[in-house]
This record gives sequence, C-alpha cells and structure tokens, in this order.
Amino acid sequence: MIEAENLTKRYGDKTAVDDLSFTVVPGRVTGFLGPNGAGKSTTMRLLLGLDRPDRGDARIDGVHYTDLPAPLRVVGALLEARAVHTGRSAYNHLLCLAQTQGIGKKRVDEVVELVGLTGVARKRAGGFSLGMGQRLGIAAALLGDPSVLILDEPVNGLDPEGIVWIRTLMQRLAAEGRTVFVSSHLMNEMAVTAEHLIVIGRGRLIADCSTEEFIERSTEKMVAVRSPDAARLAGVLTDEGAKVRTAEDGLLTVTHMEAPRVGELAAAEGVVLHELTPMRGSLEAAFMELTRESVEYGAAGGPVAMPVPGPAAAPAAGPAAGPAGKEGPR
Amino acid sequence: MTAATTEPAARPAGPPAYDRPGFRRLMLAEWTKIRTVRSTLWSLILLILLDLGFTALFVGLTVAQWDDMTPGDRASVAADPVSFILGSGFFLSQLTICVLGVLVIASEYSTGMIRASLLAVPRRLPMLWAKALVFALVVLVLGVAVSFASFFIGAAMIGDKAEVSLGDEGVLRAVVGGGLYLAMLGLFALAIGAIVRHPAGGITGVIGFVLVLAPLATLLPGSIGEHVHAYLPSEAGYLIAKAHQGEDDLLTPWEGYGVFALWTVALLAVAAFLLKRRDA
Repeated sequence: MIEAENLTKRYGDKTAVDDLSFTVVPGRVTGFLGPNGAGKSTTMRLLLGLDRPDRGDARIDGVHYTDLPAPLRVVGALLEARAVHTGRSAYNHLLCLAQTQGIGKKRVDEVVELVGLTGVARKRAGGFSLGMGQRLGIAAALLGDPSVLILDEPVNGLDPEGIVWIRTLMQRLAAEGRTVFVSSHLMNEMAVTAEHLIVIGRGRLIADCSTEEFIERSTEKMVAVRSPDAARLAGVLTDEGAKVRTAEDGLLTVTHMEAPRVGELAAAEGVVLHELTPMRGSLEAAFMELTRESVEYGAAGGPVAMPVPGPAAAPAAGPAAGPAGKEGPR
Repeated sequence: MTAATTEPAARPAGPPAYDRPGFRRLMLAEWTKIRTVRSTLWSLILLILLDLGFTALFVGLTVAQWDDMTPGDRASVAADPVSFILGSGFFLSQLTICVLGVLVIASEYSTGMIRASLLAVPRRLPMLWAKALVFALVVLVLGVAVSFASFFIGAAMIGDKAEVSLGDEGVLRAVVGGGLYLAMLGLFALAIGAIVRHPAGGITGVIGFVLVLAPLATLLPGSIGEHVHAYLPSEAGYLIAKAHQGEDDLLTPWEGYGVFALWTVALLAVAAFLLKRRDA
C-alpha cells in the first residue's frame, strides 16, 4: 500500500509536484501515467525518501520510507536514472546492496538468474546496454522479495521480448498480492499492463480510475458507415443530431450517435448500407488530448491531437500475456 | 478520485518484520563496494610504488650528494632522519589517497550509485559513517605497512650518514604516525568528496588544501603566515610523522595531529549535515 497525501515539491520557482494525493493498493498493477516532465519521477523519488517534499506526506504500508528498518525487504524500486557504479560488476553491485539488508548470496544468484543476466553478472555494469542495465535495476528491486514495487519507466530500452517479460513479471507480482506501481509515458503500454491508472500532468492529478474506465471516458465513440447513397444519409443523420464527417467517397464517420440508431435511421429512409462499424478513437490520441494542457515539454503551437478514426483502437485492459510462469530470456 | 472497481487480491501473509541492519552489515557492504572497483586497487598500488620509489630516490640522491651538501642541510637531515625518510616517500604518494578518498564517495554521485545506496540505507548517515570507517581502516593498515617499508628502505640506505633506528626516541611513533596521517588524510578527502559530490571538483579541492595552500601561507608576512601555515590541515597533520617537535614547529606531533583531526571532524560534520538535508 502506497499513500501520497498532498505531496508538493518545488525546484526553485518551478513546481514539479503539486498537491498530489493518491493511494496505490496491493494486488493489481497500478500505472502512473503522464507526459514527460509531468512529475512522475519526482513523485517516485518523494515516495522513496530520496527527495524531501516541501509539503505533504508519503507513506508505504503506513510508514515513511526512511523509517523502514530494512527498506529493500519491503520496497523494491527501479529509478529512471541509472543507479549503478559503472566500474562494479552486476553481481557485486547486487551483493553490496544485499549485504546492507542481511540478504544472502543465494538470493543474489536467484535474482541474477530471474532477470536473465547470469552470463554477464561478473562483467562491469558500465558496459551494459540500456536493456541490460534495466534488467540489473529490476534485479536490485527484487532482491529483498519486497511486497511493494515502485518502477519508473521499466520498459525503457527493453526490446519487444523484454517488454513482454517485464509486463508478465509485473502482472505476476501483482497477482501474488504485491503492490505494483509503475510509471510510463506510453498510454498504450499502460493500457495492456495496468489494471488501474493514476494520470498526472504538470504535477497535478488528472485521473485516478480503472484503466477500463479511463479508456471509456477519454476516447470518443464513433461509427463508420459506408453507403452508396452517403450524401443523403449524411443529411438524415445530421438532422437527427449526429455529427458527420466524410472520410472518403461513400464512407462517413459519425459521432454523437450510436451504431444501432444509425442503422434504424438508414432503414427508415431506405438507404442501403454496405458497412456499419462502431469504433473508438485512438487511446494514445485521447491521452494526448487529456494531458495537452499540461504538457511540459512540447513543440510550441503543436497540432491539437484529434481522435484518429481507425478500427478498434482501444486494446482490452486485461492481461495480454498470461500471468503465469516466468519467461526468462535465454 | 474514483473508487476502485475490483477488490484487490488478498496479500499473502505479511512480510516478517526485519531488524534494522546492524552497523557491521553496513561496514561489510562498504567493504564490498571498496574492494570491487578498480580505482581502489590502482590507487593503492600507486601509493606503494610512489612512496617506496621516492623514498629510495630522495634518500639515494641525498646520500650521493652528502659530501657536497651544506652543513645546514646535513644538520637538518641528521636532526630528524625518520621525518626526512618518510617525507620523501609521502610527499607525492599521499595524493593517491587524496584522489581515492574523494572517489570513494563522489563516484557514487557521478555514477548514480548513491541512489541505490540511499534506498538501502535511507537514514543516510550510517552509510556515511560505515564508508568512512572502512576506508580509514583500509588506508590505516596499508599506510602503516608502507610507512614501515619506507622507513626500513630509507634507514638502510642512509646508513652511517644519519643513523636512525626504531628504538630511538619518537621514531616508532613517527613511523606508525605515517600511517595515521594517511588514514586521516583519507577521511579528510572523503569529507570533501561528500560535500562537493563531484570527483573532479573534490580532487581539486583536496589537492588545493594539501599542495597549494601550504606554500601560499608561507608567503603571508611574519607570524601570521607562520601560524596559518602551522594550522593548515596537512601541515599540522604531518607533524605526527616526525620523531620530535622541530625548532620551527609551533605544535608538537600530537597537537598537530589533533588539529588535523579537528579539521577532518568539522568537514565530516558538514558532509553529514548536507547528506541529510540535500535531495539525492
């Protein structure tokens, strides 16, 4: 259980995190979503006692992180910036962390194998690729078999196989009853990984709801209709309150009206239909729309993101990959 | 805030309560950190090579030139041969400890390792104390060994020009003092590294203190210059490696070492205060 209460952090006159409150409960993957510069990393650093909040409070299982007697056994954290001495081997990096908590060498070997670094564990971490560095960070997070995981952009630098691996791992850890809090700036990635979402922009809370609800709420419903008599149909639908755009010859994109109603009106008017498809706007576009006002770093006067018509853009919120079994890359 | 729609799965039996790791565990972890980076090995090898090499070089040159030296120079060597021998070796080799002391902590900042370290020890100060203690012990053990080696090499070479033995008054203390000086210098450098948090800046700062300020202070006029010079950290600290208080020394060996210790404690206190306060 992670609790943030009115967290506020300023750097100079810039407010990175602004009166942010939320709770992350165990047993499910909670996504922490926001554009770059929204304050995700800062929030995580505040949770972990690396930065001191100007106001507010962050607790893990009811305790401040800094008051945990053996913190790595309760919380596993992966930070966005690398936190490894480049001259030390992966194994020794994990070993010195383990020793601070009284964790044995056996566990170090276990996590090295779990993240698939066995072959390179004795090599200097400075020579690791981004993906290997990420795996090492995840190994460090899992070292103490913690009940809470705080992962900042864990898929960064991972190849597709690695992304599936980390996704499966997070879902398995959550299914085991752990608290899994994972940040990302990629909406589509979160949609397939997280069951619950906390969305922030410019350090402020934008949404705190289930992923399903977030998708439902923020993507526009549309109906694609194809008809040889499109012009007449467009008139009929517009008269009934729908908004109609002509996408291409004979194809209409209808909003503000559900598919069954479109079909009924077409039938009543005797208009032939060749296609009638309910659709959703793109999730990524909806996310951009939602956070548009709060984007910190963006192209000045950039285009307004509009929902892109296209077939079935909303992926299901459920796990895409089976949650069971570890898929250690070999 | 919208209520959660799904009931979270029951957590497995809560994690057992773990004790706060003891200080010995933290020391073990810091020992692992120190021994598993190459900079430690290279710095310490360099310390040994430079120290013994320069001992042999300076003592050898002095012996070779003995008959051409002024009576004053001969007298100053003969007055405190152990100080001359140890000083020949330490003058340059001490810089390896300055560098290593800064690196031991500042490299954690430059690589980001500090974040992992502080996640493991979020109260922060025990990490600093464990690191300082382990590093000081490593330097002390090696420093005393190097100091003895330097003394025996120098004493053998200098021979009858200025006879000196471990049994002479103050000599054993001076030789052990060479190690004590290096250990304190290591802590001094570590404290500056912890304050500056940047390897290059920290090393520059320490070397400035050790090599630049001393000659600069002697340029100050009259007794002000003498006093400032005498109380500079490395100048005061080095007195412990002398057999006895020289005619020009304002402080006794132990007083000098005490002054150096006060400098170091003060800087460590600043480092601790900043470590606790600053965002990592």
